[in-house]
Amino acid sequence: MVPLHWYLTLSAAVFMIGMFGFLTRRNIIIMFMSVELMLNAVNISLVSFSHYLQDMRGHILVFFVITVAAAEAAIGLAIIISLFRNKQTAHVDEMNEMKG
Amino acid sequence: MPIAMPNLIPVMPELVMTGVAIILLMAELVIKRKETLGFLSLISVGLISYLLLGSAGTTFGGMFVSDGYSTFFKLIFMANLVLTVLISPKYLQTMRINFGEYYALTLFATLGMMLMASAADIIVLYLGLELMALSTYVLAGFIRYDMKSNEAAIKYLLLGAFASAILLYGTSLIYGLTGTTNLRDIAVYITHNGLAKNPLLMVSMIFFAVAFSFKIAAVPFHMWAPDAYEGAPTPITAFMSVGPKAAGFAVLGRVFLVAFGSVKTDWSVILIPIAVLTMAIGNILALSQTNIKRMLAYSSIAHAGYMLLGIIAGTPAGISSVLNYMFIYAFMNIGAFAIVIMLRTEGFAGEDISDYEGLGKTHPTAAALMLVFMFSLTGIPPMAGFMGKFYLFMSAINAGYTWIVIVAVLFSAISAYFYLRIVMLMYMKEPKEVIQLNTSPGIGLALAVTVSAVILIGILPAKVLALAQQAVTSF
Repeated sequence: MVPLHWYLTLSAAVFMIGMFGFLTRRNIIIMFMSVELMLNAVNISLVSFSHYLQDMRGHILVFFVITVAAAEAAIGLAIIISLFRNKQTAHVDEMNEMKG
Repeated sequence: MPIAMPNLIPVMPELVMTGVAIILLMAELVIKRKETLGFLSLISVGLISYLLLGSAGTTFGGMFVSDGYSTFFKLIFMANLVLTVLISPKYLQTMRINFGEYYALTLFATLGMMLMASAADIIVLYLGLELMALSTYVLAGFIRYDMKSNEAAIKYLLLGAFASAILLYGTSLIYGLTGTTNLRDIAVYITHNGLAKNPLLMVSMIFFAVAFSFKIAAVPFHMWAPDAYEGAPTPITAFMSVGPKAAGFAVLGRVFLVAFGSVKTDWSVILIPIAVLTMAIGNILALSQTNIKRMLAYSSIAHAGYMLLGIIAGTPAGISSVLNYMFIYAFMNIGAFAIVIMLRTEGFAGEDISDYEGLGKTHPTAAALMLVFMFSLTGIPPMAGFMGKFYLFMSAINAGYTWIVIVAVLFSAISAYFYLRIVMLMYMKEPKEVIQLNTSPGIGLALAVTVSAVILIGILPAKVLALAQQAVTSF
């Protein structure tokens, strides 16, 4: 059996990659993908804890996380489309209508 | 396996809220006058408030709890919803965004806040938080043709999603450590198994503190707030500045004082610098703003800093003063935004601070109301804002945090400059141009309610405070 800490290391690594991507990339779609990566990292660690503890709560939370991530993607892409109609860009540095 | 029906009495207000929101979404198709939907949601708030008062109890296997603490917060959400619905219709018509989904979405956002206030389990907390956040993202981007509104929505969404990912990582760590997601069970596990010095517990508390700081717009996680508040439709700015912040404080209080109550010395080390920075940055950056919505955004950041003092104090007096302040803050902040909405007419934004020049001469009533709200936000007696701050600071001093209160009072003195500058412009300058006020009966009613609440609570503060104190006894 694969020991628990391998999964946790994987989860932490994926989470860090996602966080790094979110903070350094400037394209909205890629930033969005990075957030999804962070959520999936959480799912890995929740499922592995759940299996290790022989407890169902982690699995249940993972289903909710997947559902919410889908809803979030739907809303996020809708907002990006309406943004793109007004200004043909997906680059966050060009979104500078407001400052201060 | 037989499935027992859970006790639905504690969750009744939420069920009714869900039903009404779905009905509004359907009714939107047939009802042409969208104000009718607003009126329907006001009626449902009356029903829900009535149900709230008899809803005490725990249900769904201890995942959902309705106690005094949650009921007090839910009353704040109800007040927030009613005032937002009252100030909205005229603005929506002026901006040509009079769609029925608006009312359904405000109801769904409020439902999310109610779930957060009642959450006794991190799963419910997360679902409520996402329901609130997703609805608010859409509302922030409601002016689809306006670049600013889109920008507000995308910034809010990106940082909100980032914050919820951090919250989830904290959740997974605490679940791995304790094997449960129930807040009380987590507290029991921490004390019984001596987890207090566990570094992973500290890491997970940091993750929770960061995620909740995003929601209450505390520095250094406030970057989204000024942009989101400036770009969003003004009634939604009012809604966002009170509702999600109150819900954020509700979960912050419950998670840190119930689940992590036994390791208070550890988490107050995280929250104290956040509180001090929030008061400092919020008040100092508000000084240089020229847009009133942006200025009020920084002011709301600063107010989150004051309220954090009550959480840091951690005593029942501290929590009840946070509740008390949140209640007062709801009225004074939405009142100020109602005036900002009145200045908006077709083709005239009325968002520049210089637009307030000479308002005292052209529109004495509106100027007098703005004066009351600005005095209250500054914390000048006899307005309610003063009493709120007084109890908050007293509770922090009694808990032994005198130096933070001194810092808070100093920054509160700085805040007088930017609030009173508006008063100065209104009364001591000549009007630049004639400004038409965009009034409606709804805004009039909202202003009457908010101004009387601000003055009455200022003069007779004991009533609300007693309610807040009673609310935290069950905590």
